[in-house]
Amino acid sequence: MSAVTATTPPRASALAMSIRQNRGFYGAVLLLAALYLVYNFIHPRGFSANVFIANTNESVALAFVAMAQAMTVIVGGLDLSVGAVMTLTSCIASELVRGEPWQIILGCLISVAAGTGFGLVNGLVIVYGRLQPIIATLATGAVAIGLALLIRPQPGGEVDLDLNWAVTNSIKDLAQTYHLFEDGEAGWLQPIAWVPVPLLILVIITAAVWIPFRRTVTGRTLYAIGSSEGAAYMSGLPINRAKLWAFTLAGFFAGCAGLYLAIQTGSGNADIPQAGAYTLNSIAAVVLGGISLLGGVGTVIGALIGALILRAISFYFRILSIDPLLQPLVEGVVLLAAVSLGAIRTLRVKNRLELFR
Amino acid sequence: MLDGQAARPFAELSGVSKFFSGARALEGVDFACRQGSIHAILGENGAGKSTLIKIMAGVVQPDSGTLTVAGTQHRFTRPSEAAKAGIVCVFQELSLMPDLSVADNISISDPPRRFSLIDRRAQRDRAEALLARIHCEDVDPRALIRDLSLSRRQMVEIAKALGKNPKLLILDEATSALTSRDVETVYGVLAELKAEGTGMLFISHRMHEVEALCDTLSVFRNGRHIETFLKGARTQDEIVKLMIGRDIVHQFPVKPPALARKPHLAVTDLRWENRLNGVSLSVGKGEIVGLGGLDGQGQKELLLALFGVLRGVEGKVTVGGEGGVPTSPAEAKSGRSRIALVPEDRKTEGLMLPMSIADNLLVASFDKVSQGPFIDQAKSRQAVIDAIAQLQIKLNKPDDPVASLSGGNQQKVVIAKWLLTKPEVMLLNDPTRGIDVGTKQELYRLMRELADKDTAILFYSTDYAELIGCCDRVAVMYDGRIVTEFSGAAITEEALVAAALNITRPADAPAREAVPA
Repeated sequence: MSAVTATTPPRASALAMSIRQNRGFYGAVLLLAALYLVYNFIHPRGFSANVFIANTNESVALAFVAMAQAMTVIVGGLDLSVGAVMTLTSCIASELVRGEPWQIILGCLISVAAGTGFGLVNGLVIVYGRLQPIIATLATGAVAIGLALLIRPQPGGEVDLDLNWAVTNSIKDLAQTYHLFEDGEAGWLQPIAWVPVPLLILVIITAAVWIPFRRTVTGRTLYAIGSSEGAAYMSGLPINRAKLWAFTLAGFFAGCAGLYLAIQTGSGNADIPQAGAYTLNSIAAVVLGGISLLGGVGTVIGALIGALILRAISFYFRILSIDPLLQPLVEGVVLLAAVSLGAIRTLRVKNRLELFR
Repeated sequence: MLDGQAARPFAELSGVSKFFSGARALEGVDFACRQGSIHAILGENGAGKSTLIKIMAGVVQPDSGTLTVAGTQHRFTRPSEAAKAGIVCVFQELSLMPDLSVADNISISDPPRRFSLIDRRAQRDRAEALLARIHCEDVDPRALIRDLSLSRRQMVEIAKALGKNPKLLILDEATSALTSRDVETVYGVLAELKAEGTGMLFISHRMHEVEALCDTLSVFRNGRHIETFLKGARTQDEIVKLMIGRDIVHQFPVKPPALARKPHLAVTDLRWENRLNGVSLSVGKGEIVGLGGLDGQGQKELLLALFGVLRGVEGKVTVGGEGGVPTSPAEAKSGRSRIALVPEDRKTEGLMLPMSIADNLLVASFDKVSQGPFIDQAKSRQAVIDAIAQLQIKLNKPDDPVASLSGGNQQKVVIAKWLLTKPEVMLLNDPTRGIDVGTKQELYRLMRELADKDTAILFYSTDYAELIGCCDRVAVMYDGRIVTEFSGAAITEEALVAAALNITRPADAPAREAVPA
């Protein structure tokens, strides 16, 4: 090494560097691609727009919930209320998203704001109440479910049907429903006319919220806290503000999930087991997407990929006549395998005491 | 103008005192440093150097006294305020975030922004420029800190500090993790900074560095500022004397006459990572061997390696003639080796604080009080009673949580826990740290009693007086090696301090060193 001259050594390309630093994320992308490709090959109507639209529709809510979870895991926390907040907002949306167009828009805004506000409350309780995120959100999650049951003791609701149709189909269908872009016949629209609206929603919200947020000082601070809170403090970073933001944005994403779920199903349902399942799946998705549960590593996009992997596994059960009862087993094995790959790192630890820190 | 600046102190402390839960860290300190100077701060472990710089860097607040920077009185409540006033510290414990990139870390507190978003290209350019300034062009700003070597991390830490445009740069052991090549580079950078008018406070345990770099030296001892002088005004021997002073006299049990003992624990050429660089040492039955030297020269790692905590240890270890480095604490404590370790931090590694005193006492020796798979109540109760009596642990009920005891009694619980395993080798990692004088003396007596019952004791202490008073032999470590061994009357403070700083003294003739009256 010392024989190397003072000139700058050749540097790895940006992509090679990124791959080396984010193995978990790129591994997840490859796994998703492989799973989904094989799925389409064996699907009787594979590689068709309809299958793609149906699949994305089923993935949106979990993807948003996983993104919500990612926000809190990156700061080294965990949010057990994400599924419940989703349920709460879907119940609110099932009451409000109907009527005149302005009422529908207002209803959507109120639903997402409710989720965001709930996240803010989580953050306040955790930051200023100095509670551990797990136990604080376990409690607030129960509160959210309670509120959802008050709003909607029985499943039901009349979400606007046009909106339901427009949001769960292709861009062309959306344009036709609302008579936009020459009823979806505009020439420039054709290359993307087949794209499912649910996918578009995911991409737009991720691009509009996460990508800029990550480049703010607050966003950077999230990673600093998860990586080493002591060093973050010593560097004079705004720790409390960043944690508040993390939980608030988690509420925002969970609110998006709830709103989409209400529009997709046309109704609301304060379903307690469903809320729990979404929360647990969000943790699995986060881990599958290359986010470290210790904090500091991974991105919201990784969580999105992780959620899609979980959904892709479930699609297989529909087309291969496997007993659906085996689904949890398979998902569990995939999760275990992914986590084991991540744990290989600890084999290199030289001071065993560090394993316990 | 530069001259005018240099003449007036840039930062000045007057009458500063700081106590940590009653223990004095600094008392009545008057101290000043200038710009355009490299100012060394010298002192033994616990002399108050770290507290001094923590006050200047805004990490802790003084209990009394004032801090004046560039003519204005300040009371920093956080590091960023000190940085704003121009005081920036390169900390010994790294302040880098391992999962973020080099560029992210360098600009962490005030990144370049465009439209209020972090401008990553500008941030990378800034990192490139700062790294180039410290001649670390080979560090890729996009690399993650966790992928860098310790030495490179330390260089990034220095680049991060320089990025804050310090008027006074504090380097706390900033060179201890550097490779010799990086050390040379840092020397060059510091000389350039000095020429540009930056002031520097330099804390180092390496005397030759201080000699090579600094123009002014200040000696601290027991929380007090003893003297400040220009380089060359004092000889090394005088500096060592100033650092030691004449203080507290401990009461130590009488040592037995020196005997030639057969080694029971024998260590040959032990190596681990870059922290142990070929340690060879032996401890006989009934012998107390001290480990001396300044903090962080590999003493802790040596004890951990002997106790089976470290992975990838090379070298030879035999206990009672039988070989092998233990691979786990479970193996070290049982079988033929029968090793016990009283660890560095009793609160995390020594005790389970919420559990009862009784459970803590039994935790290493359940096998001795069990019948098959079940813990025998009568036997365990008896063992607890015996242990409490042997060490005279002062407690209410053995079922109280161990956290309710005083520090000294907690340490007794840790030691009693290991005595229940009937160890033949005791490894002690600074066991008297933070405990009262009375308990300390009990522990000294206990160590001698154990030695008289043929236990081999390896005793690391940061307190020279203890090493002198308790040990039959003392091995001084420096940079992962044992540099000198003293025995009998040759164990003096001057000898230990000089060896710890790795100074070869001209007057090194052990026969003439009498214990000071």
